[in-house]
Amino acid sequence: MRAFRFESLTLPPEAEAMRRKVRAFLDDERANKRYAAHRTSWSTFDPEFSRRAAAAGFIGMTWPKQYGGGEHSNLERFVVTEEMLAAGAPGGAHWIADRQSGPQILKHGSERARKLILPKIAAGECYFGIGMSEPDSGSDLAAARTKADKVENGWRINGAKIWTSNAHRVHYLIVLARTEPPSENRHAGLSQFIVDTRTDGVSVRPILNMSGGHEFNEVFFRDCFVPDDMMIGKPGEGWTRVTGELAYERAGPDRFMSDIRLLAELINKVGEAPSERQAIEIGRLVAHFASLRRMSSSIAGLLERGESPVTEAALVKDVGTAFEREVPEMVRRLLPVESSLDDDDEYSQALANVLLHAPSFTIRGGTPEILRGMIARGLGLR
Amino acid sequence: MEDMSAIVLEQADRLFQQHVNKEILSAADNGAWPAALWTALDDAGLPEAMVPEAAGGVGLAAADVANLIRRAAFYSVPLPLAETMLANRLWTDAGGAPLEGAATLGPTNPADKLTVTRQGNGFRLNGVARHVPWGFQTTALIFSRDDSGAGYLARVPVPAVANLNQRRRNVAYEPRDELRFDDIELSGDDVRAAPAYLAEGGLMPFGAAIRSQQMIGGMERCLDYALTYANERVQFGRPIAKFQAIQHMLAIAAGHFAAASAAADALTESERLGDDRFTVAIAKSRCGEAAGQVAAICQQVHGAMGFTQEHPLHFASRRLWSWRDEWGAETYWQEMIGRSICAVGGDGFWPLLVDPKPDNAVRPA
Repeated sequence: MRAFRFESLTLPPEAEAMRRKVRAFLDDERANKRYAAHRTSWSTFDPEFSRRAAAAGFIGMTWPKQYGGGEHSNLERFVVTEEMLAAGAPGGAHWIADRQSGPQILKHGSERARKLILPKIAAGECYFGIGMSEPDSGSDLAAARTKADKVENGWRINGAKIWTSNAHRVHYLIVLARTEPPSENRHAGLSQFIVDTRTDGVSVRPILNMSGGHEFNEVFFRDCFVPDDMMIGKPGEGWTRVTGELAYERAGPDRFMSDIRLLAELINKVGEAPSERQAIEIGRLVAHFASLRRMSSSIAGLLERGESPVTEAALVKDVGTAFEREVPEMVRRLLPVESSLDDDDEYSQALANVLLHAPSFTIRGGTPEILRGMIARGLGLR
Repeated sequence: MEDMSAIVLEQADRLFQQHVNKEILSAADNGAWPAALWTALDDAGLPEAMVPEAAGGVGLAAADVANLIRRAAFYSVPLPLAETMLANRLWTDAGGAPLEGAATLGPTNPADKLTVTRQGNGFRLNGVARHVPWGFQTTALIFSRDDSGAGYLARVPVPAVANLNQRRRNVAYEPRDELRFDDIELSGDDVRAAPAYLAEGGLMPFGAAIRSQQMIGGMERCLDYALTYANERVQFGRPIAKFQAIQHMLAIAAGHFAAASAAADALTESERLGDDRFTVAIAKSRCGEAAGQVAAICQQVHGAMGFTQEHPLHFASRRLWSWRDEWGAETYWQEMIGRSICAVGGDGFWPLLVDPKPDNAVRPA
């Protein structure tokens, strides 16, 4: 069988030292009630939190110091990420910039883009959105119709993006656009651009999600100018760039820890003497969770070695988000409650909050239906 | 040393490939002991693979031991190789010399409790051990406790005391015999104080650790068969691998396999694979669940052919169904994890998971 690479990884001492450091930071945050963990997650947008996390050195951790980074390893960053998630930290403002946009710019962006943007991300003051999906191009990303035409010193972008989380409050979007008309090779002729959301011609229409929250937007680009040095990579490299970006996006602990606080609230509520059924089902979820954690840390190890494990990342996301979807369903069977966002009870609030967000877990970053196609290709089935 | 490990693994793989075929497996299904295969494995030194070099063994590192067990399981080797390897390690750790010939271990089930009492220079053994692998054909290493709770390992040449015993088989038709010890007299040489690492959990975590590795090998075999079959079998004018329904089923199976492998890999961080009960509990329960899913999907991909003896898939899938139940099924280990987690509460759960402490993480059954 064609094996996927999930080698065992032992975290080095410096990663464990980093764990103590980030735990101290998060303990302090919670002790001072700066956020409410049962109601927040990594998608909660809180610029104040992001600035404090940056001041403590937890954003842009792996980047070179000259761009405001901390020159730490991917494994140290992995530890910080999982501790933030375990603590329900509201990292939504900086999350995407730190996880994928920054690394993408560092690796493939122009020197001016690096100097201009990376230090601000690392300071917790600059946030990003993802400009991949379009109204007529979701899972089928290569069908993108947003167009970038060459003009003097830059490009002129026309088109629309959708499901752009936080477009109304981030500073930049990384936009996938056609720089050549569609040809037989569907993956050819695409390019990635860094678009400043304050540029003339950018407009944003809010789309409320089913929980009542405003994260989603539709973003319109009308003759929107982007300078040459805000292209990521070379013209026509867009497909390769976007695939690489998705490897950052898919394999992290945020793909199986989105509702880990709900599991913690359940454990608190069940107490020290669970019934046999509660013990068994909690044990099962924990076993799934622990296995995912090892898979994800193994990918952090591959990234540290400079590899881009695209299929393995797809596999972690598929297994991870299936777990995330299962948590609330199992939790409500173990400890039934008429969940409500208005309840005084933290467990009830946590369950309501997760239920209302869970459908997005298996959409954002690629659906299982798409991921399984990638895995099948890796298995030699297509 | 690393070269040595590579040589042992390569040689073992070659032996498995050479000797294990449909005829051997069918004969084993009907109760035959593949003597030539055992001799070949014995000549290669595999029964002493886990025994440290200082004690006369091969001294394979834990990760290599795990690989060896996985490869044997991949080929459905119908012999108690893993049991013998572990029995030899336990017995030599207890101060004994490596055992003669093939060996087995018991009890294999948390419900079976055996007792030992001292009598003069010797001991008396009482109790029933059910589902003992190849109990009629091997020397059994039986874990028991005295009335103070101290653990002992007893070496019992089973054929000598076989009159009360019952032959049984698991659904892979591997022998899982019932051994009754009704005040059996044993000499002082045959009973030794168990190594300290058996004190709390007995054999359970060690047996569960080898079954976890075996399930990885068995799942890999099932997936191999299914991927090959899907690419070869043509329906509606194309290989069924081209159908999205089949692709997605196998992608899900690959996900289970990868998660289970990650859990089983964690066991190689301990010297004897089973030293950390919390990690074993995670591995055995995750592998067991994956084994059920992977076997079901691979059977389904093979259609009616998978349900026959014409195709060898059944040798692998029947073993998966057996192994997931042995040395504690998923629920046994999940309950143990759940109780440990609830004992530390919602705030203790994450730190415990990141840094399990073997001494306090899991309450013994």
